[in-house]
Amino acid sequence: MLRKDAAIAANRFGLGARPGDAAIIGSDPQGWLAAQLETARLAPATGQPESARVLAEVRELRVARQAAAQIRANLRPPPEQETPPTAPGIDQQAIREFGAFIREHYVEQTAERHRLAIAADRPFVERLVHFWGNHFAVSVDKQPLAALAGLYEQEAIRPHVAGNFYDLLLAAVRHPAMILYLDNQASMGPSSTAATFVRRNRGRELGLNENLAREILELHTLGVDGGYTQTDVTEFAKVLTGWSIGGALGEGGRAVARFGGDAGNPGQFHFRTLMHEPGDKTVLGKRYREHGADEGEDVLRTVALHPSTARHLATKLARHFVADDPPAKLVEHLADVYLRNDGELGKVYRALIEAEESWREPLAKFKTPHDFAISAYRSLDVAPDDLRPITAFLTQAGQRPYAPGSPAGWPDTAANWNGGDALLKRIEFAAAAGRRIGDRIDPLARAGEVLGEISEHTTMSIRDAANRGQGFALLLASPEFLRR
Amino acid sequence: MTTRRSLLATGATLTLLAPFARLAAAAPNPDARLLLIILRGALDGLAAVPPYADPAYTKLRGPIALSKPGSEGGVLDLDGTFGLHPALTNLHAMYRAREALVLHATATPYRDRSHFDAQNVLEAGSVAPSGANGGWLNRALSALDDAGDAREAVALADSVPLVLRGELAVSSWAPSRLPVPGDDLLVRVRQLYWAADPALAQTLYDALEVRAIVGDTSEQRMDGRAGLSIAPLASAAARILASPDGPRIAVLDAGGWDTHANQGGAQGPLAQRLRGLDDGLEMLKRELGAHWRETTVLVVTEFGRAAAVNGTRGTDHGTAGCAFLVGGAVAGGRVLGDWPGLAARDLYEGRDLRATTDLRALFKAVLHERFGVGEAALARTVFPASDAVEPLEGLTA
Repeated sequence: MLRKDAAIAANRFGLGARPGDAAIIGSDPQGWLAAQLETARLAPATGQPESARVLAEVRELRVARQAAAQIRANLRPPPEQETPPTAPGIDQQAIREFGAFIREHYVEQTAERHRLAIAADRPFVERLVHFWGNHFAVSVDKQPLAALAGLYEQEAIRPHVAGNFYDLLLAAVRHPAMILYLDNQASMGPSSTAATFVRRNRGRELGLNENLAREILELHTLGVDGGYTQTDVTEFAKVLTGWSIGGALGEGGRAVARFGGDAGNPGQFHFRTLMHEPGDKTVLGKRYREHGADEGEDVLRTVALHPSTARHLATKLARHFVADDPPAKLVEHLADVYLRNDGELGKVYRALIEAEESWREPLAKFKTPHDFAISAYRSLDVAPDDLRPITAFLTQAGQRPYAPGSPAGWPDTAANWNGGDALLKRIEFAAAAGRRIGDRIDPLARAGEVLGEISEHTTMSIRDAANRGQGFALLLASPEFLRR
Repeated sequence: MTTRRSLLATGATLTLLAPFARLAAAAPNPDARLLLIILRGALDGLAAVPPYADPAYTKLRGPIALSKPGSEGGVLDLDGTFGLHPALTNLHAMYRAREALVLHATATPYRDRSHFDAQNVLEAGSVAPSGANGGWLNRALSALDDAGDAREAVALADSVPLVLRGELAVSSWAPSRLPVPGDDLLVRVRQLYWAADPALAQTLYDALEVRAIVGDTSEQRMDGRAGLSIAPLASAAARILASPDGPRIAVLDAGGWDTHANQGGAQGPLAQRLRGLDDGLEMLKRELGAHWRETTVLVVTEFGRAAAVNGTRGTDHGTAGCAFLVGGAVAGGRVLGDWPGLAARDLYEGRDLRATTDLRALFKAVLHERFGVGEAALARTVFPASDAVEPLEGLTA
């Protein structure tokens, strides 16, 4: 039987208990969590990141698709002719290939994410990877993020979750996935060399896109009430002009690439000097001298240690790990620890683990569909060969992997996840799991191993089940298992 | 340079709003249906309803400006001043049949350009973010319930969006392709919930009720979140709203309107989204059949987008935009609003279409005229501290 505090550690801080966890966690759940952080500092991989290779391929396929579309356009009959000509097939094939390429990567990367989560021996760290991946969310409903989102999480988020927040922030917002998602690749200073060239030679106005700058301030750092203005957003957007991706630019920046902008490493972060807005900029009352790519890093360094950022991050962490409406005192304490330790996240997590509030209320959080599915598989203690059903379930339950639909990421309160339809889908998932598992597991014993103490109603319901499989389904659908 | 007044003079059919101090008592209509469609991500109001006669429009919009009515890819004319985006052909037909009206230069009281706070204000019906518990539609239903007029509502989503959250239990429905659990298991789960967690039990009960109305959709391709067309969800909404004893009020979410880059003009990504919305409205009208007469559809978004095209042929976050009121119950064929103009000095903070009508005035009008929600409840509980926001008048037939 899992002790109450061990159940909180495994289910709320981790990704769901596995049958042997009572022995592994023992009598010191705080120590078990803290030890996971000790080994969490991963050196970022060296050499060319996988995302760069994928992006280069995306670009090649896009070029092929555009060429094919061009061929088709040339073959188009005069408008008065009603029936289209017999298509040569090549364009359809190029489009299919592009779609298949993106899909393959998406399936592979989401499966890898599920695999790591189900098998994680350091589930607290794994949860932190998901938490920060969601804090710095990209969404695959924008092309070609589906081929990049998982790699982004591996390359930019995972290595930094137990390090300093500034390093995490910089890695996230400089990653090509984020640059593409928030449209910074073609944002250029209105007075930059590139914009001036395009204006003179093509008569076209190109300039700022303030999306990345705004979301960094609103979502990643200060928070929406963090004390910035529209002017700060615009100035920060100027600071970030030139933060782009190497290789030939797509759509918006084609003209620039053609007139000889330096190419950089294809598919990797690249600062394009010619697109950068020259001159000093003022963000949040602080003046930044013109110095190219470093300006952006300086602003990020400042906002990372801003009191508003500390408060924003502390609130989100406390909401994720303690309660939808987190205790104000705890938030204050975490923010204070963050600032006193210059944004060292490990110190903040330790404060969170040591806080009395973290252990007071079991089952304070309603699981997201993702939490629910991963913890269900962990409770089975089998590594499934086919992980596609997880993605299928999450899509049905309204949490398609890496698809929050907005840079704010998935919401983190019960009201967003406990709707009737979503509940029905969890029961459907539980029913299917029960059918598959049959009589291989004693559901009542398993309930004790993964949930610890459960209510008398749940105990009776499982005990009275028609068969073991149905009992296991009732375990997964129980009020206790729906929460963490 | 056109001033606000001279544009009004040229746009002869632009309807001035004349809210009355006191509302006529409206009789609650038991058959009234309401569908609220929330376009998340901020619909570009100047692309959906371009003010093509405003002299500043074409220059501000540059490469994404739509051309005048009658030209290739031109806007669909509404009243000589405003047009509809060429993708909105069905909506245009409804407008001409006096079943659709446009409210332009409208916004919630929120002014700070964050999607998430703006959606919170839009749905909470408050003055500022997190300014109210739950959503205005749930509070309106509670007010009716208090007056002995109980009505059910449903969200066409996996979970209930904020606008429908609150005291009154509300159900949700979304397409499913998962195998249906056996009846025996469902009975056991329901028993367990009734004993151990009554709130969960109620939630499950409501979900099963709605699913029974819509029927099995496992064969249909439905993906409201990722797909471009809202037609499948609109079709489910029609079935729910047309069912004899089913909910009369539904909310449908449609995302993907955040067009920061390469949004396109007459063709392109935004045009595709608009076509998806347009298909959905047509599908709804067709499937509601005779009930269309009783139906009001509100189409709203959290804010408009900046007046000028940005440096990457998209539009950044702005302030005022447009809203649509559609349905057989609407006194349509009009563009409402007090047009502030797009000249530089008329723009809000020098960059956005200025808001001249509070969106809550539109919400109040629908709730009052169609459902008989009282004036006092509207001003105090449904939309807290909104005495100063007069409901619009005469929007429905």
